[in-house]
Amino acid sequence: MTRPIIHMESIKKHFGNVIALNGVTFDVTPGECHCLLGDNGAGKSTFIKTMSGVHKPTAGEIFFEGKPLSFDSPREAMEAGIATVFQDLAMIPLMSVTRNFFMGREPTKGRGLTKRLDIDRANEITMEEMRKMGINLRAPDQAVGTLSGGERQTVAIARAVYFGAKVLILDEPTSALGVRQTSNVLSTIARVREQGVGVVFISHNVRHAMAVGDRFTVLNRGQTLGTAVKGEITSAELQDLMAGGQELAQLEGSLGGTI
Amino acid sequence: MSAENLSQQDERIRAESLATKLMKKPELGAIGGVVLVTLFFLATADSAMFTLSGIMNFMTPAAQLGILGIAAAMLMIGGEFDLSIGSMVAFAGMVFGVFTVNLGLPLIFAIPLTMAFAALIGALNGAIVLRTGLPSFIVTLAGLFILRGASLVGLKLFTGGSTQLRGVRDAVEGDFLAPLFSGDAFTGLFGWLASIGVIDSFKSGAPKVPGIPVEILWFVVIALVATYILVRTPVGNWVFATGGDTNAAKNSGVPVRGVKISLFMLTACAASLVAIITVIDAGSTDARRGFMKEFEAIITAVIGGCLLTGGYGSAIGAFFGAIIFGMVTIGLTYTDFDQDWFQIFLGGMLLLAVVFNNVIRKRVTGER
Repeated sequence: MTRPIIHMESIKKHFGNVIALNGVTFDVTPGECHCLLGDNGAGKSTFIKTMSGVHKPTAGEIFFEGKPLSFDSPREAMEAGIATVFQDLAMIPLMSVTRNFFMGREPTKGRGLTKRLDIDRANEITMEEMRKMGINLRAPDQAVGTLSGGERQTVAIARAVYFGAKVLILDEPTSALGVRQTSNVLSTIARVREQGVGVVFISHNVRHAMAVGDRFTVLNRGQTLGTAVKGEITSAELQDLMAGGQELAQLEGSLGGTI
Repeated sequence: MSAENLSQQDERIRAESLATKLMKKPELGAIGGVVLVTLFFLATADSAMFTLSGIMNFMTPAAQLGILGIAAAMLMIGGEFDLSIGSMVAFAGMVFGVFTVNLGLPLIFAIPLTMAFAALIGALNGAIVLRTGLPSFIVTLAGLFILRGASLVGLKLFTGGSTQLRGVRDAVEGDFLAPLFSGDAFTGLFGWLASIGVIDSFKSGAPKVPGIPVEILWFVVIALVATYILVRTPVGNWVFATGGDTNAAKNSGVPVRGVKISLFMLTACAASLVAIITVIDAGSTDARRGFMKEFEAIITAVIGGCLLTGGYGSAIGAFFGAIIFGMVTIGLTYTDFDQDWFQIFLGGMLLLAVVFNNVIRKRVTGER
């Protein structure tokens, strides 16, 4: 197996006397989609925030491309190539796709007083990158507000990839989407993976995870319950692990195996 | 290769008509307003209104308000209000008066010092808004009273009891910077145009309009620079992003705090520029200077297409908004209407603009 881009070893995170993470080990290799599954409150959010530099772990080690590393800010993690697409997407509906795409990282031409936005290049890149992701924009100055939820998600992913993400963390990208939009986002994830980016896909929907995931790690009560490779585990087993085993098994009878 | 060629046709997307494209320009409403108001006065006003001197007559107050309005528009796009602009005009006027009259400083020192003083207060406004997280509306409302009061108290202090500080004109007389901030520009050109009969002249041969009042030039230059910054520079993108969604902007690496504080400093500097121009022009400053200008500036920005929620608007829109304002204020004197219709007209205009902007916003974001 190829060397992981990022390897998180026995990460612990305490908030005062609350133990949010209690020894989580996780890694991502280039071109794979590693799903992080867990129920609400399992510690998924805390874990990805640790990975993206928002939180510093209380204990445990982070290796980035083999070297031990500690991020002091999300900005540092971003510069190293860890991009996070949070649920709010960091998109501004009133602004055009191009302006959102390059927000905070605008391409310029000229220097000194004539230093200005290179709007033509920005538009071209945006159209090109969006087309690679399978979305044909009407025009690059189309407002993001006119895009569907799935398309916005795709813009956010395309933006992260364009700006050199080596690891792309997606925080529940499909949670608020319809069936068709979900499949669009999932195929976007597949495309990104083909480009050699390591994807961390956070979800509590086992079916979505099974559709694109190569490996699956289940978190429960701040601990990893183990990592499985695709094909070694069924969605029913994953579902059970997420719920912590026993309770769901009991529920399953009454619900007729529909969850 | 142009961006259009890159996009392949998608059968589900209808081509946009020119009208829809125009609808998405924030300044459309203001330009339409200028056309309507012009038509209205062409029909009702004395023909003198649209002679060269008539135009200068309404462009001068439009320019003074417009300089404030453009700054207010940029701040509004950045998601904040400044209700202290009007009081800042009085305060900066007092500071400028003290520098030139009491301390006898030449303009080359007095103007930058006045600007720096105002910018400092602007930065303070911004810092309080950012630190407390309170709406800028309320923070600068406090500023409105504090600065107005400070102008009153300060003027009495520096003049020995009067609320008017006189003698500014004598103090700046002959200063090499004075022509930049007072009087008319292009007087030579206008004199020549009068001599060859292109523009009207008095019997003596002097042109009826001696030149373009400098504030109009400042107004046009500021509108152009502000538009350039907003549309064509990274900083402009940051302003839109900051106003659109502060959190999203911050997460994308936009220096949100810097943007907001700079915008507060900008409005304060715009107020002091107006103060300097009008104080030199009048030769004195008083505590009522800039009264109600904060509201007029915000109305100008709103007529110009700015959303009250931030993230959308244009400087060119505010430019036309200010012209509408000037035309209506001065234009009514050329008609048979009672001048007091002005405020009713203004309120109606504002209401119309807000409703119109709301519709536009829904169009732009495709909200249904």
